Amino acid sequence: MQLAILMGFLLAASSPLLHRWFGQRASLVLAIFPAGLAAWLALQAPYVIDNGSLLLEWQWVPSLGISLTFLLDGLSLLFGLLITVIGAFVLVYAGGYLKDHPDLARFHIALIAFMVSMLGLVLADGLLTLFIFWELTSITSYLLIGFNHADIEARKSARQGLFVTVAGGLALMAGLILLGIASDSWSLSEILSSDTDLREHALYTPMLICLLLGAFTKSAQFPFHFWLPNAMAAPTPVSAYLHSATMVKAGIYLLARLYPELGGTALWVGILSVVGATTMLIGSFLAIQHTNIKKLLAYSTIMALGTLTMLLGIGGDYAMTAFVTFLLAHSLYKGALFMVAGILDHETGTKDVTHMGGLRSVMPVTATIALIAALSLAGVPPLIGFIGKELKFESALGADSFNMLLVIFAFIAAILTIAVAFIIALRPFYGKRHQTPLDPHEAPLSMLAGPALLATGSLLLGLWPAALGADALLSAAASSISGQPSNVSLSLWYGVNVALIMSIVSLGLGFLLFKRWDSVRARLSILAPVMRHGPEAGYEGAMNGIVHFSEWQTRMLQNGYMRNYILIMLITLIVLISNSILLRHSPEFAFELDVRFHEAVVAGCMVMGALFATISRSRLGAVVSVGVMGFSIALIFILFSAPDLAITQLLVETLTVILLVLVLFRLPRFSSLSTSLERIRDGAVAAMMGILICLLIMTSWSIKQFEPISTYMIENSAPLAFGRNIVNVILVDYRALDTLGEMFVLALAAVGVIAMLKLRHGEGSENKPSESSKVAAKEPNDG
Amino acid sequence: MVKSGTIILNTAARFLMPLQLMFSVFLLLRGHDEPGGGFIAGLVAAGAFTLYLFAFGVSATKQVLRMVDPRDLIGIGLLLGMISVVPAWFMGQPFLTAQWWTIPIIDFKASTPLIFDIGVYFAVLGSVTGMVMTLMEVDKDEP
Repeated sequence: MQLAILMGFLLAASSPLLHRWFGQRASLVLAIFPAGLAAWLALQAPYVIDNGSLLLEWQWVPSLGISLTFLLDGLSLLFGLLITVIGAFVLVYAGGYLKDHPDLARFHIALIAFMVSMLGLVLADGLLTLFIFWELTSITSYLLIGFNHADIEARKSARQGLFVTVAGGLALMAGLILLGIASDSWSLSEILSSDTDLREHALYTPMLICLLLGAFTKSAQFPFHFWLPNAMAAPTPVSAYLHSATMVKAGIYLLARLYPELGGTALWVGILSVVGATTMLIGSFLAIQHTNIKKLLAYSTIMALGTLTMLLGIGGDYAMTAFVTFLLAHSLYKGALFMVAGILDHETGTKDVTHMGGLRSVMPVTATIALIAALSLAGVPPLIGFIGKELKFESALGADSFNMLLVIFAFIAAILTIAVAFIIALRPFYGKRHQTPLDPHEAPLSMLAGPALLATGSLLLGLWPAALGADALLSAAASSISGQPSNVSLSLWYGVNVALIMSIVSLGLGFLLFKRWDSVRARLSILAPVMRHGPEAGYEGAMNGIVHFSEWQTRMLQNGYMRNYILIMLITLIVLISNSILLRHSPEFAFELDVRFHEAVVAGCMVMGALFATISRSRLGAVVSVGVMGFSIALIFILFSAPDLAITQLLVETLTVILLVLVLFRLPRFSSLSTSLERIRDGAVAAMMGILICLLIMTSWSIKQFEPISTYMIENSAPLAFGRNIVNVILVDYRALDTLGEMFVLALAAVGVIAMLKLRHGEGSENKPSESSKVAAKEPNDG
Repeated sequence: MVKSGTIILNTAARFLMPLQLMFSVFLLLRGHDEPGGGFIAGLVAAGAFTLYLFAFGVSATKQVLRMVDPRDLIGIGLLLGMISVVPAWFMGQPFLTAQWWTIPIIDFKASTPLIFDIGVYFAVLGSVTGMVMTLMEVDKDEP
């Protein structure tokens, strides 16, 4: 399986090649891959259903204990099958939808990479593996939403989706790490089978909040729902696949996965059921305000995601049955409906349902598919959507907390959803023919096959829930969520009960709402000013705020003046070091002053050099006096028998002077730019820095916390490293990695200087004032 | 601003440069046991080229360097540094573990640290010479 995932990425990469070989049929060839995976997963199903779970281990980096282990249990099997089966359909469908599109190969790369990432996400056993695949789905989703990259709206939506999900991803990472710490294991299967109760762990609350943030952003729960409708800028196959059937369910998957360990507490129940119910209501409420068929579907997807979250919040055996059934039902009908929406868009050239009508006569097959899938969405018997809705009502009625709220929300959401279903199923196909931008025809077989099969699935599973072993699969999924064996037996008829009455009433009200949709929409448009202050406005505000803040802080910090950079650096150093020296180690001065005459002379030269450099009125003079200081330091190295250091210091000093002289000729005349107040400030900072370094040296002399490492190096340099020159042995052996890093730094600095000079050279006589100061800033690096 | 030097500088540079370069190689090879090493040797060699640059200018120095661009030297240095890592991998040892071989007849200690040091040498030589040369080139073209 792990191999299959890797193969998938390879396949994604080789997609352009396949396009060259197979041309338009590449989609069909590529679809073999998910179909094969689906077949493999289906073959594993009997074992998983009998034994609960299957662990596929694969050692990745054995020496570090990192393995790429996959956990295949009922839940991941259900998700895996959805991903691969719908993936195969979507690939075939995309071949028709994006026929003759020049970038079809690029589309396939991203789509298959996404498919594989999503599969990895639901199969991952390691927490960190799960996180990596999670982020991969965010990135591939970004690429797919922004597929039409010439369109500014698509780019903006893609960015929004990425920011929201990746921000949630960061929270998720924190949550997963906390989970790993709390349970002392990084493997989901170990966490799920361990006895420790994480609900009572001290980290439970922060962990849960972080994980929920990750899941809610990914699964578009209120108030993070706004990115999903915008993500409809993606080509329709993407919407059908990522933004209804798979990716947005990743958050739901995570919640279901962690339910046995984290679920059931008051916090869990409170947040999930309330957020889920609110999302459900808001999604369906916003849906009926739109006439764009994809937006309608997107908001109804938000409603479905809210429902799933709510069911997980309610908890218990029954709600889990409802959860898996609703999940399956939703993936089947929503995938089909999105593909139908794509067909309509493709054939008529418009996405607005009010501009369509009477298409049944030209597109009979599409109309039938749309009807079946929409009836499943509406929850009309005998489709699986009906069973899902019945179970949802039952669960809401049986909820322990927030009972009334959940029932009312579910009821209203159901009415609105039924209206949406009718709008999609009836509006484009019945009534008067409208003039559409394109002359509609029945869609090609490649585009009809996927939705037709999915709609058939909805019907078949509704009529006969045991078909294809669906109830056994759902039982396995439900029992791996609830953590105990549960037996799902679905049927259309549970007898006359409250849920059934609610269904019938909501159906009637929903149809009524559909009939009056146009006038209702007109009335609701007065809410538009309120809508503008929704969470999306908050997102926009935050984004603009970040841009303004970074502009401000760049102006503050990166102002291009060398003197300001140095000032900031020195002040930071002074604050940090003095804090540590003065507060943590009180400075001791336990040493004897034993100065020879020649040492005093050298030290005097240094001081003179430094003084003259600061007061000198000419640049050359300053450079030379700094040089004097450098050479005096070299002398000190010689006096204290450090020949290597002395040689290095001499050479570096020589070269620095040469480089400085070369640069100096390019600078404007020496002039005084700073006011006397600034000079006093600079002087004070410089003096403080000097005093600090002095203190630092004296303190480090008196503090001996550890055995110096130099002893070890001196003793072992000849026997271990076969070298008597310890400095060199340190450079090329003990600390070779540091040296390697420094080589790269040096090379980068050199390349930077060369590039900057050549660039300016290329610009001709144009002079940038900050250029030469930047060059000067680079120079100290070559030491 | 940097014109060709005076007669004394020219003559001295012509003799000194080969000497300096030989000295730098000497420093490089003895570095592991005596004062010296790749960094110092690289600086000495860079000093040699800088002297030549001051004496004869950029184009003459480029002729001395033949086809080799100082920027390529940086690359060669980094490459050698990275290559010196490889043998340890084949021995199944951690990254950057030093490997030693003795070449029998001349009794010379060959080792990955030596390769690494040569890498340092070229990186330093290339960086410094490249920077000085570019600075002078720009100067030359500007009035």
